[in-house]
Amino acid sequence: MDIMQATAVALGRKIKEKEITAVEAVEASLAAIRSREPQVNSFLAINEEGAIERARRVQREIEAGRLAGPLAGVPVAIKDNLCTRELRTTCASRILVNYIPTYTAEAVKRLEAAGAVVIGKTNMDEFAMGSTTETSAFGVTRNPWNPEHVPGGSSGGSCAAVAAEEVPFALGSDTGGSLRQPCSFCGVTGIKPTYGTVSRYGLIAYGSSLDQVGPIARDVTDCAVILETIAAYDRKDSTSIKREDLVFSQGLSDDVKGLRIGIPRDYLGEGLDPEVKETILEAAKVLGEKGALVEEFDLGLTRYAIPAYYVIACGEASSNLARFDGVKYGYRAEEYQGLHDMYKKSRSKGFGAEVKRRIMLGSFVLSSGYYDAYYLKALKVKALIKQAFDRAFASYDVILGPAAPATAPKLGESLGNPLQMYLGDIYTVSANLAGLPGISLPCGMDSRGLPIGLQLLGDCFQEKTIIRAAYSYEQTRPYRRSPLAAGEAMQVGQAAAGETMQDGPLAERRHL
Amino acid sequence: MKQIELTDEMMEYVGILAKLELSPQEMDAGRKDMEEMLDYINQLDELDTTGIEPLSHVFPMTNVFREDVVENGDGATDTLKNAPAEKSGGIKAPKTIGE
Repeated sequence: MDIMQATAVALGRKIKEKEITAVEAVEASLAAIRSREPQVNSFLAINEEGAIERARRVQREIEAGRLAGPLAGVPVAIKDNLCTRELRTTCASRILVNYIPTYTAEAVKRLEAAGAVVIGKTNMDEFAMGSTTETSAFGVTRNPWNPEHVPGGSSGGSCAAVAAEEVPFALGSDTGGSLRQPCSFCGVTGIKPTYGTVSRYGLIAYGSSLDQVGPIARDVTDCAVILETIAAYDRKDSTSIKREDLVFSQGLSDDVKGLRIGIPRDYLGEGLDPEVKETILEAAKVLGEKGALVEEFDLGLTRYAIPAYYVIACGEASSNLARFDGVKYGYRAEEYQGLHDMYKKSRSKGFGAEVKRRIMLGSFVLSSGYYDAYYLKALKVKALIKQAFDRAFASYDVILGPAAPATAPKLGESLGNPLQMYLGDIYTVSANLAGLPGISLPCGMDSRGLPIGLQLLGDCFQEKTIIRAAYSYEQTRPYRRSPLAAGEAMQVGQAAAGETMQDGPLAERRHL
Repeated sequence: MKQIELTDEMMEYVGILAKLELSPQEMDAGRKDMEEMLDYINQLDELDTTGIEPLSHVFPMTNVFREDVVENGDGATDTLKNAPAEKSGGIKAPKTIGE
């Protein structure tokens, strides 16, 4: 079997049992990247020499018995909004095109301490603002299931890299669904943990009260093991939570007997693709047959989640992105008249259209005269949404629904109508507003051969419950490899490969 | 339901707050997008939020303090490598006083 077909935990076991070395694992990952990148373009930077050097050191540590964890020697890709020391970190934005962090994000540090080897940085929507990875300043990523389609976003590069079997796992981030939705579009599994579970230290902030880092992998077991590796209290993140129950792999049991699963009726209504609906309900039926108590209920307030989310996220973004001013790091305009003109010109040339759109909306909703009517109102609606979930979790252990209203759209179809694109976040944003954990895992295919994702939400701190439900469901369905990973023809992608190479990202990304 | 119309003055003010210099085309497109979004956001007014406390964080948050001691060493050299312009060990920026 191809080394890259193994899950992260399986690969870690092979390394531990001396079947292969960490160096061989990293070389296999680099070879897969070399062969598949022209078609998928998941990466913004590849840390070739650094990764091999690091794998050699990790291998010595493993042989000396100093590294024995499940991820020791396993290659990993990191979303490019997580800082990596000495490895360029751009947030897929021109404004950070030359930024080399002087420190590593806490989540990445914890992976490295466990022996994982960072292979490179993945493409994303600029500053995580988008749902397709098309707002990246460095070119689009293609869906490994069909190169004419987007991988979703904003963690599109991380999800595509995992689906293309370029790496066994990756880290992503989720502010309004940015991890769960691309998992759904690419047919892989990801967890957005309870807010405060994974440190945000070194995660370049978008909406600080909503952002969480999470694992992306090819099965639930990997996700549980990765999450327990990266989750920890961190005093460098003032919103980090002291939790005692971080051994998420304890949730890996095939048992849903008596588990109360609620399906919000509002999640099955207007706007949901019929094929997605049918597949989600089929998955619910499977869980019911395994002994779960499944029923539909009225969650309420669903349609208010998106407007509340965009006010809060954009407000926070306008404040968080104020730091990109061309003074201390990042892009500075070549010509300007004085300090304020430098700020304006650097930002105007450095940020792309979607980022500017959100900064402007955010500046407006926070401005005096509009703050109460928009920002404060949204925070009150957030409180109501949290209450609605509290009521729901009094009756149910798990809330089941789709991760997205439809499967992956074609490239070029989404950015023309921003509001329409935002509506695609309908099933995911509430979890961020209410701080809830959510898991997205593949549950079927549509008639065009694109993956459909099942989303399971749990109450705060109940990751193990959704992991158990997801793991139980997963036992009923074998993992399906993407055509790109399985080596089937990706005709359009191959035709476009030359183009992508010349367009720059591939040439540019080697400069670390 | 209130219908927002963004005047030139409001757009200019947003530009100042956002520290963005927008071309006339960007300004027009921005106005259209923002009006559309604000109209959409205005549906929040359908909800009665009288007496509801705004929820900024889902869990109670307090400031985190520690002793004021250096823990991460001197990163000056690496930090300066990211500076767009440098002068004698400092970051060079346009004049801020006496403009």
